[in-house]
Amino acid sequence: MNSSRTGSRVAVVGGCRSPFCKSGTLLKDIPAVDLARRTTVELIHRLNLNGDLVDEMFFGQVVPSVLTPNIAREVSLLPQFPASIPAASVNRACASANSAIAHGADQIQNGYARVVIAGGAESLSNVPILHSKAFSETLVALSRARTLSQRLKLIAGIRPKHLVPVAPAIAEPSTGETMGQSAEKMAKENKISREDQDSFALRSHRMAAAGTEDGRITAEIAPLLPDRGDPISTDNGIRTDSTLEQMAKLRPAFDRKYGTVTAANSSPLTDGASAVLLMSEDTARSLGYPPLAFIRSYAVAALDPGDQLLMGPAYAVPKALDRAGITWRELGLVEMHEAFAAQVLSNIQAFESTKFAQERLGRSEAVGRVNRDTLNVLGGSLAIGHPFGATGGRITLTLANEMVRRDVQFGLISVCAQGGMGFAMVLERN
Amino acid sequence: MTIFATDTQDGIARVIFDLPGESVNKITAEVRRELDPLLSQLRGDANVRAIVLMSGKQDNFIAGADIDEFVKLKSSDQALQLVRGGQQLVNRLGQLDKPVVAAIHGACLGGGLETALACAYRVATNHPKTQLGLPEVQLGILPAAGGCQRLPRLIGARAALDIILAGKVVPARKAYRLGFVNELVPPAILEETSMKAARKLADGWKPGRRKGGLASILLDKNPLGRRVVFSTAEKQVWKKTGGHYPAPLAALDAIRHGLTHGLDAGLDREAKHFAELGVGEISRKLVQIFFATTAMKKDTGVEGPSPDVKQVENVTVVGAGFMGAGIAGTAVLRAGVDLRLRDTNLDRVHQGVRAARKILKDRLKRRRLTKYEYRRLEALVSGGTDPSGLGRSDLVIEAVFEDIDVKHQVFRDLESQVRDDCVLASNTSTIPIARIAAATRQPGRVIGMHFFSPVEKMPLLEVIVTDHTEPWVTVTSVDIGRRMGKTVIVVRDRPGFWVNRILSPYLNEAGRMVKEGVPIEDVDRSMKRFGFPVGPITLLDEVGLDVAHKASLVMHEAFGDRLTPIDGLVRMIDDNRLGRKNGRGFYRYEKGKRKGVDQSVYDVFNVDARPVPDADIEKRLVFAMLNEAARAVEEGVVRSPRDGDIGAIFGIGYPPFLGGPLRQLDDLSAGHAVDTLERLAQAYGERFAPAPVLRQMADSNLRFHPNN
Repeated sequence: MNSSRTGSRVAVVGGCRSPFCKSGTLLKDIPAVDLARRTTVELIHRLNLNGDLVDEMFFGQVVPSVLTPNIAREVSLLPQFPASIPAASVNRACASANSAIAHGADQIQNGYARVVIAGGAESLSNVPILHSKAFSETLVALSRARTLSQRLKLIAGIRPKHLVPVAPAIAEPSTGETMGQSAEKMAKENKISREDQDSFALRSHRMAAAGTEDGRITAEIAPLLPDRGDPISTDNGIRTDSTLEQMAKLRPAFDRKYGTVTAANSSPLTDGASAVLLMSEDTARSLGYPPLAFIRSYAVAALDPGDQLLMGPAYAVPKALDRAGITWRELGLVEMHEAFAAQVLSNIQAFESTKFAQERLGRSEAVGRVNRDTLNVLGGSLAIGHPFGATGGRITLTLANEMVRRDVQFGLISVCAQGGMGFAMVLERN
Repeated sequence: MTIFATDTQDGIARVIFDLPGESVNKITAEVRRELDPLLSQLRGDANVRAIVLMSGKQDNFIAGADIDEFVKLKSSDQALQLVRGGQQLVNRLGQLDKPVVAAIHGACLGGGLETALACAYRVATNHPKTQLGLPEVQLGILPAAGGCQRLPRLIGARAALDIILAGKVVPARKAYRLGFVNELVPPAILEETSMKAARKLADGWKPGRRKGGLASILLDKNPLGRRVVFSTAEKQVWKKTGGHYPAPLAALDAIRHGLTHGLDAGLDREAKHFAELGVGEISRKLVQIFFATTAMKKDTGVEGPSPDVKQVENVTVVGAGFMGAGIAGTAVLRAGVDLRLRDTNLDRVHQGVRAARKILKDRLKRRRLTKYEYRRLEALVSGGTDPSGLGRSDLVIEAVFEDIDVKHQVFRDLESQVRDDCVLASNTSTIPIARIAAATRQPGRVIGMHFFSPVEKMPLLEVIVTDHTEPWVTVTSVDIGRRMGKTVIVVRDRPGFWVNRILSPYLNEAGRMVKEGVPIEDVDRSMKRFGFPVGPITLLDEVGLDVAHKASLVMHEAFGDRLTPIDGLVRMIDDNRLGRKNGRGFYRYEKGKRKGVDQSVYDVFNVDARPVPDADIEKRLVFAMLNEAARAVEEGVVRSPRDGDIGAIFGIGYPPFLGGPLRQLDDLSAGHAVDTLERLAQAYGERFAPAPVLRQMADSNLRFHPNN
């Protein structure tokens, strides 16, 4: 319950994100750490923030670079900040930035910090490619070799098969099931039709296109000014011209024969970063920052990855609502992360199901009825894209901004994550 | 002992040089007087087997010889005596029968380096403050305590010429690479390492010399190669100095003579040259400039007690064009401020941010920045089209189009976004600051910061104060300008400020000559011969004819017929000749390269080329400038003749060996200047009528600079 937390309320003051671009496209030459740093510099300017005020930083990243394993620290070492800001990187898969924000909120609520920057970044264009074990061993031995003959001998031992790189797949280490296969499984078991999936994905694109057109989405984007090429100021995954007919033509990606999950109803691999400024309510007021919203509660949950992998939200959301002391009916806006249309629709099904509530949650009644008019009103990850580590920041920011615009009292965030996890957060205003 | 403290441990004497009452060590008469008996004592002390010479100063080894002493020299004989004394002392140090190790941390310059070079061994710290060099030629003299002898012997003629002829100062890392530092160590182990080396040397250890590569064998180690090296260097010196500066040639001669005839003969030659140069006019002028710029570094920009400088950390530059980007890149590179570039559309912002980054990137390429420093600085440059960042800015520099309405709008808009204690500066070169300030509610915080293009290279900044500018705004602007690496002069808000004011009649006159048919190359050549880095016509092409014309109209409006613009410039602009920027000007350009005078220009002016004596050209151009300079000083445009001279030297390259326009007027005497101007007025027109102030000065036999 909310009442168990006695500290200051945590204000979401503002933030921004980079454009979200499909991996291998416009942002491919910018490593995640630079996406995070540039986005944070932009946050500083947009919010006229004095870097000395920041107490801590948390950033999410799912596939870190071996060169910058703690991306958050690289951000807090920006010259705009004193070198004395501790920073931690967070990995809760697709809910990483959400967890970064939650950690920051905890620090503030505990009175350990007054100002926190939290966010996340991902560059799936820059996923580390690994060498084979045998090749790695040879390289290590080479670096230790002292004589030319030792070196030559080691080099002579390299075989072509050693050079085949090992690219990490987005698969569950515990089950070997890829994300797409999991979504496929959920679609089948929950009877989510191809048509429903496609029309949900289309809806996401249309809403996101409208939000881009009217400037609500672009206002949150900090343009990137790369060394080569043109400035980048918009997302490049949102489609304005798709039709259901076109989408229906696509072949299923993960189960060619019986599948329904396609590239069109899945979120694309994406590069991007986000950063959100959190403050204790008192600090925000004394510094003259009008809060967009406050964090009312959050919750995480996990289930057996061998079960339906991406059903975490169905467990996390009721927990967060309970902690907030509110019911689903009181929610004026809901932001659900869209990994796959099948996953969103499966979770909605669970929220609305009395049977699920009774069997899985031990509750007599369903969590709530989902009002499509207040769900993902600016589209979601299916259209905008999904840089794993950064999405949570985007969702939090978008929800907070839209709550202000619509003058909504309560808003909900729900995010599914790899490992069978779910994250939920309730924002409130006033 | 008061200057040197000595203690001996295990046979190694530590000699700590710590000149009382000074922040840096320098070699004064006192120092020499004390060092001499100290060396005798160390020589006689049976307990001492080796010596380590170190400094008691923070981040300074020895900054050089005492300039004050050198300035007082009245005759060549005195100079000879001084230099001989210095040579003998350094020789004694070098010839001591016990090895001496120099433990170098901080600046090790001039006589300081010559002292270190005489030691048997040099250990230096890898700290950025540890810089070694022989900057003597920059003061019009040459290293004369054996520097011209010992450096080439250590690192070869090529590398030594490179340092000595340009008066270079290099970081310790480079000194180590070149071979005149034996060991490069972290500051924490400097003493320990030096003591260890001293002990080993006392035990008879012979440190190995680093071998040069093939080039060194071909060029440094054989007489034929060496001849090539010297003749190339000599040509370069001529090209660079135009023959106006004798010191580099003297140094070259001393080096060559020493390498050919041995150390003693070389030292004699050093001494002989020093005795001449040290009391020469050119060195005097260069030393005056050195003193002036040193004093200017401490000048707050206001008279009397200074209000507190507001520490500028966050800067916004409005206008992401060439100037704006140059200011941005320089501010980040030199002052390390957080910088926001703002412009009306994102493409312009992007272009500006990239240009600012390029200034940093060039440094990275030239290894003046490490990639870590680059990464840090690069993160300080950002930009946008919205007002973001203005609320945290301590200083905004406007560098938008030169149009008063645009500027008014920008300043009004800025004022609604920034904090009350944010300084608002304009980089205008033609619009009076007071007119810009008139649009604001708080004109007291509006100031001019006139940078010169290209900003990262040009050393001068004019800070322009209006009658309303508050003193804290002035001192804050001067301070950030200096942090940006600029020499700053504070000038009054009169049209053209200082630099463009004195440049205006000069450029007009040059244009008028072309109109009369004086060959373009003759005009440029005579001014280069006079000592300017470029001639006036070249300058017009570089500045841009449209820009120059616009400025000349402003000056004409303000000062009347005296500054009537050249009407031909309009014809040039109408003929789509804007100078280098569009590849068409007085000169021809191909692929960005200049290709000689464009003969068709004479058609534009409807005139045939008709040569006149260079002396006439020079007189007309120089006196046009000198006369205007006198007027501007009379109007109080600059705060002192010192600022006027330094502004002219650093702003337009007025020949340093002449000391600046006001120095030159003093040297000519006002009376002579008035005579010359009257003759010019008779021959060429009333615009040459002597400035009233010059007549007054001539009548009372006054000077601009109260004394030499």
